[in-house]
Formats: sequence, C-alpha cells, structure tokens
Amino acid sequence: MGKIEFDIAHLVAGGLVLVSLLLLYQDRMFALLRFFAGHAVVLSLAVAWQALIQDKPELYITAAIALAFKGVVIPLALYRIVVRLGIHRELEPVVGVGLTMLAGIGLIGLALVVILPLTSAADPYAREDLAFALSVVLLGLLMMITRRNAVSQVVGFMSIENGLILAATGAKGMPLVVEISVAFSILIAFIVIGIFLFRIRERFDTVDVGALDSARAEGERRR
Amino acid sequence: MPLTVALYGVLGLAIVAVAGAVTQRGALGRPLVYGLSAAISATLLAAGLDALLGALAPETATLPLGLPWLGARFRLDALSALFLAVVNLGALAASLYAVGYGRHEHEPARVLPFYPAFLAGMNLVVLAADAFTFLLSWETMSLASWALVMAHHREEGNARAGYVYLVMASFGTLALLLAFGLLAGAEGGYAFDGIRNVEHAPAVKALVLILVLVGAGSKAGLVPLHAWLPLAHPAAPSHVSALMSGVMTKVAVYGFVRIVFDLLGPPVWWWSVVVLLLGGVTAVLGLLYALMERDLKRLLAYSTVENVGIVFIGLGLALAFRANKLDWAAALALTAALFHVLNHTLFKSLLFFGAGAVLAATGQRNMERLGGLIHRMPKTALAFLVGAAAISALPPLNGFVSEWLTFQAVLVSPQLPQWGLKFLVPAVGAMLALSAALAATCFVRAFGIAFLGRPRSPEAAGATETDRWSLGAMFAFAALCVLAGVLPGHVIDALSPAVVSLAGARMPVQAEVPWWSIVPIAESRSSYNGLLVFAFSAISGLLAAALIRGFATRRFRRAPAWDCGFPDPRPETQYTADSFAQPIRRVFGTHVFAARERVDMPAPGDTRPGRFRARVHDLVWDRVYAPVAKAVEYGARRLNPLQALTIRRYLSLVFFSLILMLAVLAIWR
Repeated sequence: MGKIEFDIAHLVAGGLVLVSLLLLYQDRMFALLRFFAGHAVVLSLAVAWQALIQDKPELYITAAIALAFKGVVIPLALYRIVVRLGIHRELEPVVGVGLTMLAGIGLIGLALVVILPLTSAADPYAREDLAFALSVVLLGLLMMITRRNAVSQVVGFMSIENGLILAATGAKGMPLVVEISVAFSILIAFIVIGIFLFRIRERFDTVDVGALDSARAEGERRR
Repeated sequence: MPLTVALYGVLGLAIVAVAGAVTQRGALGRPLVYGLSAAISATLLAAGLDALLGALAPETATLPLGLPWLGARFRLDALSALFLAVVNLGALAASLYAVGYGRHEHEPARVLPFYPAFLAGMNLVVLAADAFTFLLSWETMSLASWALVMAHHREEGNARAGYVYLVMASFGTLALLLAFGLLAGAEGGYAFDGIRNVEHAPAVKALVLILVLVGAGSKAGLVPLHAWLPLAHPAAPSHVSALMSGVMTKVAVYGFVRIVFDLLGPPVWWWSVVVLLLGGVTAVLGLLYALMERDLKRLLAYSTVENVGIVFIGLGLALAFRANKLDWAAALALTAALFHVLNHTLFKSLLFFGAGAVLAATGQRNMERLGGLIHRMPKTALAFLVGAAAISALPPLNGFVSEWLTFQAVLVSPQLPQWGLKFLVPAVGAMLALSAALAATCFVRAFGIAFLGRPRSPEAAGATETDRWSLGAMFAFAALCVLAGVLPGHVIDALSPAVVSLAGARMPVQAEVPWWSIVPIAESRSSYNGLLVFAFSAISGLLAAALIRGFATRRFRRAPAWDCGFPDPRPETQYTADSFAQPIRRVFGTHVFAARERVDMPAPGDTRPGRFRARVHDLVWDRVYAPVAKAVEYGARRLNPLQALTIRRYLSLVFFSLILMLAVLAIWR
C-alpha cells in the first residue's frame, strides 16, 4: 500500500468534506444545486479511486451510478422543479451562515475525535474514510436542520447518503448489492420527496416547510 | 429420541394452529383442533415421561433458526422432561375437555388458532436451551394467551384484563431479558451451556435473582406482581383458564428453577430469605383474596396465587439448604415443590373444568347466583368435590402429600447455621399452615355455596349435567389426584432425576419402603402412608353407610324441614358466600384489605329496607399499581407535546441526540 495512494484517497475524501462545507455556505438555490452536483462528482472520484486501489471493479459501477444519478439526473430534476415552481429566491437559513459554518467545523472535529481512537486497530484507509464519511453525514444533518426550504432539505438528505456511500466503499468487503440497494432507495426517496414538493406547493403556494407545520397545527386544533 | 419427538410435536401444534385459523368457520374446526392438540399432547407427554422415567442422558439439538451465530438450541434433561410431562398432562386434559366444552364457544374463530399456538409456546419454553429461544417462546406463550384472554373482549372487564395482562407480561419479559443479558455478559454467550460454565460476580447474581423473581414471578403470580392474574385467568374460556392457571404458572416456575437453580450456580443463603418471604406472603394473601371473592373463576385464580406461594416456599427452602450444603434436605424441599407443581396442575385444572361446566350450564360465575347444583350436576359436583378436597390438602389426596413434605423440610430448619433463617423458616411454616387452613375454608365455601343448598337463581335451578368429554377429563384428573395421593412414593421416585440434577442429592428411594409408605428422611422421624389413610377412610365410610342403611329405619318419609333452619323457603335466607367469608373478613380484612362495614338501619317506624354494605380494597393495587399508573400517565401527558413538533425540530432532536452520544463516546474513551 503505497504512500501516494493513501494520500490521494485522503485528498479526495477530504475534498468531499470540503464540498459539504461549501454546500452549507450557499445561500442561493442554483448555486446550491451546482455544488450538490459537484459533491456527487467528488464522491464518484473517491469511489473510483477506492476501486482502483482495492482492485475491485464492481466499485466502478457504484462510481458510475453516483455520477450519473447524483451528479446529473437528480440535480437536473431539482433544477427543473425549482424553475417550474419559481422558487430560486434566497434560501432562508434559520441560523446565521457564520454560526452554521462554525458548527460544521466543530462537527468535523467531533467526527475525527470519535472515529480515530475507536478504529486504531483498523486499516488506515478505512479509518480516514470513516472519519470523513461521518463528517459528511453530520454536515448533511446540520444542513437539514438549519434550512427552512424543502429543496435544501432534500439536498442535505442526499449529501448524507453520499457520506454513507463513502463509508461503505471505504470498508473492504461491502457487497455491491448493498450499495446498489442504498442508491436505489435514495432514488425512490428522491421521487417521493419530489412529488411531495409539488404537493406542498399546490396546497400552500410555498415550499417553506413551516407552512406544513402551521397547517398541521390547524388540523390539531380542529380535532 | 424424545427431544426429536417433542420438536416434531411442537411443529405439529404450529400446523394445527394454522389449520385452526383456516377451518374456524366450519363445524369441523373444533373437533379437529382439539382432537389433534390432544393427540400431540399425548405424544409429548409420552416423550417427557420416557425421558424422565428412563433417566435418559440429556439430549441436545440445534436448529438453524434464530440468531445466526447461535442457532435455536434445545435440550431435554430431567428438569425439562418433568415440566414437559406436566405441561402436556394439563394440555391433554384441557384439549379433551374442550372437545365438549368448545361447543358453548360463541366465537371459535378467536380461540381455535391461538390454542395450539399457546401449547406450542409453553412446550418450547421448557425445551429451549439458549436465552434467545427461551425468550421468544416465552413471548409466544404470553401473546397467544393474551389473544385467548381477549377472546370474549366485549364482555365487561375483559378488555381491561387483557390490557393489564399485556402490560405485566411485557414488563416480566423485559426483566427476564435483562437477566439473560447480565448472565450472558458482554460477549453475548446466550447459550445455556455457556452461561452455566461462567462464574458470575456476586452482585450480578443478586441482580439476576431479583430480575428473575420479577420476570418469572410476575408470570407465576407472586404478590405483589399478581394483580393481572385474577383478572386475566378467569377472562379466558374455561379450558384456557385451566391451562393458564394450572400449566402456564408452572412454566413460570420452570423458568425460575432453570435460571436460579441451574444457570446461576451455587446460591447464597440470603437469596432464600427473599424467596421464602415472597412465598409466604403470597400464600397467605392469595387465599385471603380468594376468600373475599364471589366470582367462582376469580376465586380459583386467587387460589392459584396461593399455590404458587407454596411452591416458592419449597424452592426457598431448597435454596437455603443448598447454600449450606445440606443437599439431602434441599432434595426434600425441592421434591416437595416439584410435587406441588404436579399436584396443582392436577387439581387446579380439575377445578377450572368444573367451574367451566357450571358456567356453561348456568351462565353464572357469581356464586351468589348458584346453589343446589349437586342435584342437577351430580357428576360435576363429585369431581369438583375431589378437587376441592385435594387443594385443601386433605389426606389421602395429593395436596396433602406435597404440603406435608414441605412441612418436613420446614422441620429440618434448626440445622441451618444462620440465625435469620432459623427464625424465619418456622414463621414461614406458620404462614403455610395458616394458608392451608384458609384454603380449606375457602373451598368449603366454594363447594358449599355453589353446589349445596338451594338454587339462588332460575339459571341455577335449570342447570343440566355437562357433556361426556368434559366429565371424562374431570374424572381422569380426579382419579389422578387420588392416585398421586395414595401412592406418593412412586411420584417422588419419578421426580428424583430432576431433583438430583438440581440439588445434587435425592430423597431416599421410596419404592422399596414396605406398604407404599413414604419416608422423607428416616423412619424414626416421620412417615406417611396414603394407602392406609385411604383404606381407613374408605372402610370406615362404607361401614358407617352400611350401618346407617342397615339399622336406621327403612321407611322413606317426607317431612317439613327443621323449622329453625328453614323458616322461610326463599333462597335468599340461605347462608351466602359473603356471610360465610365475614368472620375472616373481620379478622384479617381491616388491615389487609382496609375493609369497612356499614350498617344502615332505618329508625323504628321507617319502612325503607335496612342495608348492610361491606367494602374491600385491594391495598396492593391502591398502593403499588395506582401510583405507578398515575406516574406513567403524568409522564405521558408531559411528553404529549412531542407528538406535534415541526419536521425541523424532529430532525434537530435526532441531530442533537446523535451529537450528544458521539460526544459522550469521545469523552468517555
């Protein structure tokens, strides 16, 4: 296991974390979608590199799926939704961007502190990858809770899934079928959420998820 | 070989359960399900007896089910074989009884599929040899019996009974789950073999004992965990009540014995203090409750609580003797407990069958509405009388033998070195004696009010004798009660393989004692001959009957009844169940039940009727359960707003708890 291979794997996975932070920073819809596509491209690079150094050709398929669906199809679909719904206004963060970024950095630190001592016996590839993957997952969750807009919540959800794929491919011996089924379930989730978005829009004339809550509160009161 | 037969039998029961679900609508369902259940139970009974009496070496099997690294392990050793036999003896009789009794079932679709599943669950519990299989079978048993309790869910009180039962059953299983978790340790060695070979820390053992007392004790009905039992057992159809009271509580006893005597290793003497105290309190309180009860089936259920207490007294004594290396005395106490397990299965099933026959004939469970049934249902009355005499521990019936053996073990207690036990054991013996006396009162009351006197309601007056299947099951068990009482030595010898495996010793071989006497310790100390008592009572009874018939006047006369007893022919003037229980209520009730009597006597000249009211409280319910229920309700109400958070708040909740756990992990390491 050469030094350079290790470094490149480290670099690409670290790149994914960086793009996650960039996602967190975006306050415009189209920029968010573009960075989300970039997130998927970096992920497919990381997976492809793992395929190369672990000598597992089936991982190329995972990389191709990530690239095709997450890098192209889903961002394009989201783009179309945004255009059709006319919601390319500014995103409304709940917490200020600066504070969110600080929290994100704290999360990365937490992920490293948790994973590195726990996995001291494991193979170094897996260790670094797991730490980065956990960071990506936590950043995705952070994104979901600091945004009010449904589209950015979808993007946060998808980036969590990217983190899971990174973890899965970093660990040796994960069967392909697991990855494919994870990817497939995410696709289904995307379709459901997409339909859901249209329904929210139809009913409430907004995709701010706050509208859902006030509607539910009304339902509660009526009951 | 018997284990294979037993496992195939359980498979058969599962198939019958499916068949019951399919054929429930047709007329064929009842005889098919109960007939097949009876046949399979008979086979399993034979397998259990074969393994027990043949003293076969323990047999194990591992099926590729359950946890992947563990499999489903089964083991048939002497203890399992004994309980397999007891379970299937009860199941066989209940199935035969149900062939006839099931005709009165108005909702067979709610009973037929669950009955075989319940049997299968109980059989699997006694066969299981790893914690996972054990708990799974335990839950199958609980859930199937819950479904049977809920069979008549529209009747008043049954839905509540089912709810309380479900809560208590889940609570008990939780306790057992934690107990097995502690036993298995961090490595997760859930196989019983592994648990047996590990030496556990004393604190772990003590905790496991407490958890098992809660888990198995709640299923068996130990006070104060008995609250569900008198609600749930009577709510089920009568053959199921018989199974729940007569058999399922025994499966709970099996769970306790298996874990505490087998898996936990050598006991510590103070364990026995806990078990003895619980057993003694349970025995006395169970019967006091039973005496306050008017509902015939609930009375029987409370009496089950008492009998479980007697069994636990025996088990507690065995623990005390084991901890002090008095193995021969431990064998005596354990034999007494296991003998009582068998006995209680026999007579409690018999009594529930009788109560079911009465219920089917009159539609009444309230004793104040029964009476005079001995004329209308003479055969049922005879069988019920045998059961009542046996449960009241009258010689020469079987109940006497096991309680006598328990007393023999109590009498050995001066040999214990701990002063606490020296004082406690005689006190518990006194409680046992009190409960035996109260049991006699209770069953004189039950039999006298329900079967003697004059009918107190038109339904009781119009009752007819029950069907032949039910009578067959009842008389078979009545005969077994007599047989086990007259020839107790054979039963003691049959129990000895199970006793040896747990106590490390056995009682002296009884088969060689002349005249079928039993000698628990040595001839010079005590012996009992059931056959002699039986022969004496039979001969003196027959002689008295012959003398009366021979020398009394032969002319058959009808005369007005003695007027002092019957000034008024209305049935209301008879002794009632409440009036019979009043002395006991006055003596114990003020403290134990917070009983209050109020007499409302009209002034002279006033024409309104005088009224007498007696109110009885269940203090265990008021002091233990009601506060817990109130606390849970309060907590639930406070947590209710969590049901209506925004999506983002829910996600934040997930996020922050995840962060919290990761932070704990990071700091803790």
